[in-house]
Parts: sequence; structure tokens; C-alpha cells
Amino acid sequence: MEEAVVPAAHVHAPPEGFIRKHVFSLDHKVIGKQYYGLGLVAVFIGMGLSWLMRFHLVWPTTKVPGLELLSSTGAPGGVITPEYYLSLLTMHGTLMVFFVLTNAPFAGFGNYFLPIQIGAEDMAFPRFNMMSFWITFCAFIVLILAFFIPDGPPISGWTAYAPLSAVGKDAGPGLAWGQSLWAMSIAIFCVGQLFGSLNFIATTLDLRAKGMTFMRMPICTWAWFITSAIGLLAFAVLLPACLLLLLDRMAGTSFFIPAGLVISDRLQNHAGGSPLLWQHLFWFFGHPEVYIAILPAIGIVSHVLITNMRKPMLSAKVLIYSMMSIGFLSWMVWGHHMFVSGMNPTSSLLFSFPTLTITIPATIITLIWLGSLYGANMQINAASLFALGFVSMFVSGGVSGFFLAQPSIDIYLHATYFVVGHFHMVMGVAAIFGIFSGTYFWFPKMSGRMMNETLGKLHFWITFIGTYCIFMPFHYLGLVGNVRRYSSFVDDFMAPLMPVHKFISIAAFVTGAAQFIFLYNLIHSRFRGKQASENPWNATSLEWSIPSPPPWDNFGGKHPVIYHDPYQYGVKGSKGDFVMQDSPEQV
Amino acid sequence: MGKFFAVILTLIALASAYPILTHMYVQPVDISTHGHAIDEQLSDTMAEAGFAFLGAQLLLAFFVWKYSSRKNGVKVKHLPGGAKLMVATAFIFVGTEVLALGVLGQKAWAEVYFTAPKPDALQVQAQAGQFAFYFRYPGADEKFAPLHPDKIDEGNGNYFGLDPANDVEARDDIVTAELAIPVNREIHLLMHAKDVGHSFYVRELRIQQDFVPGLDLSVHFTATKTGKYEIVCTQLCGLGHYNMKAYLNVLSQEDFDKWLKEKASEQ
Repeated sequence: MEEAVVPAAHVHAPPEGFIRKHVFSLDHKVIGKQYYGLGLVAVFIGMGLSWLMRFHLVWPTTKVPGLELLSSTGAPGGVITPEYYLSLLTMHGTLMVFFVLTNAPFAGFGNYFLPIQIGAEDMAFPRFNMMSFWITFCAFIVLILAFFIPDGPPISGWTAYAPLSAVGKDAGPGLAWGQSLWAMSIAIFCVGQLFGSLNFIATTLDLRAKGMTFMRMPICTWAWFITSAIGLLAFAVLLPACLLLLLDRMAGTSFFIPAGLVISDRLQNHAGGSPLLWQHLFWFFGHPEVYIAILPAIGIVSHVLITNMRKPMLSAKVLIYSMMSIGFLSWMVWGHHMFVSGMNPTSSLLFSFPTLTITIPATIITLIWLGSLYGANMQINAASLFALGFVSMFVSGGVSGFFLAQPSIDIYLHATYFVVGHFHMVMGVAAIFGIFSGTYFWFPKMSGRMMNETLGKLHFWITFIGTYCIFMPFHYLGLVGNVRRYSSFVDDFMAPLMPVHKFISIAAFVTGAAQFIFLYNLIHSRFRGKQASENPWNATSLEWSIPSPPPWDNFGGKHPVIYHDPYQYGVKGSKGDFVMQDSPEQV
Repeated sequence: MGKFFAVILTLIALASAYPILTHMYVQPVDISTHGHAIDEQLSDTMAEAGFAFLGAQLLLAFFVWKYSSRKNGVKVKHLPGGAKLMVATAFIFVGTEVLALGVLGQKAWAEVYFTAPKPDALQVQAQAGQFAFYFRYPGADEKFAPLHPDKIDEGNGNYFGLDPANDVEARDDIVTAELAIPVNREIHLLMHAKDVGHSFYVRELRIQQDFVPGLDLSVHFTATKTGKYEIVCTQLCGLGHYNMKAYLNVLSQEDFDKWLKEKASEQ
């Protein structure tokens, strides 16, 4: 299966009317933008929630004007209660992990650019594609509904550990309908992702243009392809886990609930279940999920870096194989989230080695980036700044993984802010830097207009410095033993850490505010930005060979033929120091 | 702008390393016999991770400084050694580090989990429930009475679900809200969750272990310094999670005996 023999066929007729063009569209580009838009809405809600949490942590008794309108019980008079803090935390994590970090870099950019980069007119199954977005949208609505029910959103964290999440309202507020909505939302989300992943895989395998061999696919296409394989397996485990959780909650089963639990003075009518089963199922999905968030970002950043370095990577092949190794190893490490969970201590050692081993392909990727920068002609713009920032964050978040991969150190650091700092840097911020980098890079193609570079750079500087100010101190707090998921630090030993928490909160407000610069730039440039040419960055891959924005069938009825590897930079081409992938000229 | 990035990144890297190098934020004093192994492992890892962090960040800054915004038409160069050099570096340096940390780290883990408690270790049962810890000492008969979840009655102080009317062994069990232990004597803590998942975390003891409903788990440790230390719950357990704590009171053997006697008389 080196290359597809049949060129991409017309998979659907040109759309007509507003609804078919912009709402229930079959066009992968529109669907990609819809995913991105949903991610954008989710990220601003998620960020708002983090602001409220940071506010509550340092000023627990101060009013947030208007918050009582959202929840009169969670924030009576605008003052956030400790239980509402847990709701905020749960919703923040869920929105960010599922609806931002999975949606934007994978489903959003992947949908828009994967078919174009392999020379296809659309995804293999456009109707499935449309369905996958609208299913995801339903999942989002179901989750958001939890804010508006009387009981409020769940309080069990984005990991929803059983039996807290399984026993219902006896365990606390938000654990009645709020938790059920959560489980339904995630189950629905899984269905959308399964459809999406299947579509990505089928498209990559079957719809590549003539000459587009696997090794001629751009690195980001590879990243989306590998991610879709991971997604297909990971969400296929989370979906039944959520269904079992729902059965425990609604049908009286006991998959995750053992006998003899007394909650709110009531002996629970369950027996025979295992809370650790939920943890195994959840983390079997949960760890690969980290790579579902980060691999597309690695792909996007590599693509952006190469274009702006004006030279190919030291070896795209090694980079791709390293991504595959990470994807493969991601299935063997889930137990490192459970070192102190009570599972067999011998298995902790078995989970520790592959976790430490992941450092090797991750280091290879980093060294390939660094080694490729040597002798480059690095162009500095908002896209490349965010790509460089990503490399820095990936390193910072990666090295702290070294600590947590070791069960002995995890005894001390588990459930502290060290863990929160680690995953926010490597999974959260790094992936979001990948999204920003991709946005500044591809916006001209997606909208036909350029984004404002000055605003973009300003956005980068505040975000880059700000995120370090927020998340580096998390590690220091963790080293001292500051535990996470506490709504206030009433304990003797945590009280002296308040100045650090204040610093973090202020940094979070400033960094969050800078995201409105991005939002303004995005909206303003969409309508008033400078007209973009077909290939403003002098890039080589197929998306830059078609008009900005691309026509509905991408290549205007033509079937592109591929002659080169994706990154012919630093060569003498007819247009400059590069040769396009579909250009027949000799290199 | 590239040079500016290099400067800012260098400053960030140095500022991030400063609190670590100057020991501004360190673990609290270790009061356990096994904690030194964890602390040593942590500081070895810090040295190696710190080296990797500073090395990578400063190299990134240096390359961006040197190779950004050069004159148009400048010919790009390739790193001698290419990808092979990078792959070899990763395998040799990181591979060695992984093996070293992986193997050395087992020692500390093994001390906590692969050794059985001594037969003369003092057995105490800890129960975690929303949102308090309770501790049970076996009393003069040195036997824990069985638990009956249906007998739990917090209003009347029956936190564990004991049935002294029918169980002889339950009559001398001592239930407390504080974990008092004798110094320099091994403690075998039997962990029981009443309702949902909780965790037992004492920073100074270098012990963290989840309570899992339905699972009989235990940890064992020896405290080497007298004093009062906080026990906090680190597994999200519901709305009062942030306030779920108790105290570990490490006493001399003499004070402990006195304390236990007092508590026995209060039952």
C-alpha cells in the first residue's frame, strides 16, 4: 500500500444554501473550522473557570460580581463555596482535555488540512465526518447543561474516580444529575471521536493523490494519522467505561462499587464491584489521551518550524518513527497514574520502565528540532515564535515527567501541585502553543486574510512569559508538598505558601487577559486582515498550492500529482529557496 | 526578535532553576526510616532533570540567537553527524539515565512495599470516610473486632461499625481521631475506606497511600522523631475534601503508653 491508485473522486456535490454550506456541511474544511470554533468556545469557558478557581484560592471570601447568577447555591452572593470550587475544577479539566486539547489540534486542524495535504478532495466519509462534529457538539451541550441544573456540575474531577462518581447523590452535590450528564457527555464525545478517527485513517490510507507515498506525507499528516490510530483504541475503551458508570448510577449495577459502603449514613445497596477497575479503564484511555493532545501539536510545530527554518528537519523519518514509538509505548504506561492506588506494587515497577523509556523518543524529537535549528535561516513571526515556545514548554514539561515516572518519588509527589505543573506544561500549554502556532500559520489559508503580526507577537510574549510564571511555581509548591484539588489552604503547612499562590493567580489573570488579544486578532483579521496570497510563507506542501481560502473541492477539479518529499527547502527552485511538492521541476 | 527570544528564554531558564539551586523550596524534614532513600532519589533525579532542562533550553536559545533573521539568501547548513548523532545521543545519555533511575529507584520503592512488617510491629487500623480519619487500636486482647457497616452510627461515636454487644473483641478496641504512635517502633497501618476513595499523606513520613473501598491495603513505617504532623487526604473525596485532615502524634514509648491508657478509659 505504498500509494493510492485511484485519485480522489468527487465525494459530494457543491453545497448550496446557508445550512448546507455553514451548518450541516459535508465539507471537511467547514467541519474543521467548526471543531476549531467549538474548541475556541470551550477554551474561553475553561479559562474563565480557571480564573474563578485562582481567584477563590487566594481571595476565598471575596465576591465575584454576577457569579450568583450562574449558581445561586454554588456562589451565594457571588462568593464561591468550596464545593463549587470542585465543580469548577471538574468542568475546567473536562472542557480542556476533551473539548479543547482533543478538538482543536486533532479534529480541527486535522480535518481541515489532512485531506488537502494528501491531495484529496474531502474525507473518505463526509457524512460520517459531519456526524462526528455534531455528535461532539451534542456532547458539549450535554456537559454545559450541568451548569444549569439545580444540583450543579459534578465535583469528582475530570478523572471521575469511582465510587465517588458512581454512587449518586448521597456522595455530595453535583453527583446526582450533574455526574450523569458528565458520563453521558463523555460517552457521546467518544462516539464522535471514534467516527472521526476512523475517517482520518480511511482517508489517509485510501485517498492519497498520485505520487503521495507514505513518506511523502507532511509530518503533521503523519501526526494526525498516528493520533487517529491512538484515538480509535483509546476512545473505544473510555466509551464502555462511561456506559458501565452510567449503569452503576442508573441501573443498580455494581461494576465499580464494592459492598459495605456507608455514605451519608446510608448503607449502599451495591456489592461486588472494583473502584480500581474504573481507574484502569480510565487511565488506559487517559494516558494515550495525553498523546492525542500532544502528537498533533508536535506535527504542527514541526511543519511550522521547517517552513520558517527554510531547511528540512535533520530527518523527518526519525521524527515520524519517534512519534510512532511514543504512540506504541503510550499503551504500556497507564499504571503510572496509579502507583499509590493500591494496585500490586510489582506492577508499579513494570509501568515505570516503559514510562521512563518514552523519554527516549521524546528526547530524539527534541534533539531533531534543536539539531535542525543549527545553520537555519530562522524566520521569526508569530507562528514560529509559538513553535519555538512549544519546544521550550515540551522540554520543561517533559523533564518533570522524569520524577513522576518513578514510583518511589511519586509516593511523595503524587497528588501535589508538582503533578499539576507537569501536565499543564506538557499537555496543556504545549498543546495550546501548537494550536496557536498552527492558527497563525494556517489562518491565511483558512480565511484568505493575514493575521496581524504585531498583535500576534504581543500575544506570544505575554503568553510565553505568563505561562512560565504560572506553571513553574506549581513545581516548587509540589516539592514542598502542597496538595492539589484543595479549595482553600487552611492547613498549617500550606498557609505559608499563599504568597506563591497570589503570584500565580495574578500571572494567570494577566496571561488569560492576553488571550483576548488573540481573539480580537482572530475576529478582526477575518474581516479586515490584509489579503493573503496563495502561498504567503513560501511553503512547499499541497495546501499552499491552492487558492486562499481553498475552493469547496480543494483542487478545483484537478488531481494533484506529487513529485517530491514534503520539505524541499534550501534548494534552488524557480520561485526561490524551495520547491513545491507538486512541482515537476528537478531538485 | 530572534535574539530577544533567546535572551528571554535564557532568563526564564535561569530564573526557573534559581529556586531549586538555592533550595528555596525543599521537602520538609524527613522523620521516617525509609524517607532518605526517596529523598536521595529525588535529588539525583533533580540533578539529571535540571541538567537536561538547562542544557536544552540554553541550546535552544543559543541556536535561535545565532540562526534567526539572517540576511536573505543566506545558505542553510546542516549539522555534522545529522540525525544519527541525535539518535545516538538520546539513546546513550537518556537511555543510561533511564536505566540508572529505573534501577536505583527500585530500592526506595522496595523499602516501602517489598518488605513485610516485623511481627512485633504495632498494628493500627485507619478508617477514612467523608471527611474525617479515625484510628483503631486493638486493645488488651491485641485483636481487632470485625466491622459491621450496618452498625455505623456516627451520632453515637460508632465510626467503625463495632458491635460490642455481640463481639467480645470489640469491647476493648480503642477508637481515636488522632494517630498517636510510639517513636522508633514500626507501625503497621491497616487501611479501610468507609465510603469513597481517600488517601493517607504525611509529608514528613514520605508516605502516601490511597484508601480504596473494598480493598484491604496496608503500609508500614517507622517514625524517628517525636512531634505532631499533619495527615491530609489527597484523593478527591467530595465537598469537604480540602478540610479532611488529622494529626500524627509521634510520642516517646512512655508517653504513648500513657496516652493509650487514657484513651482506653474514655471509650
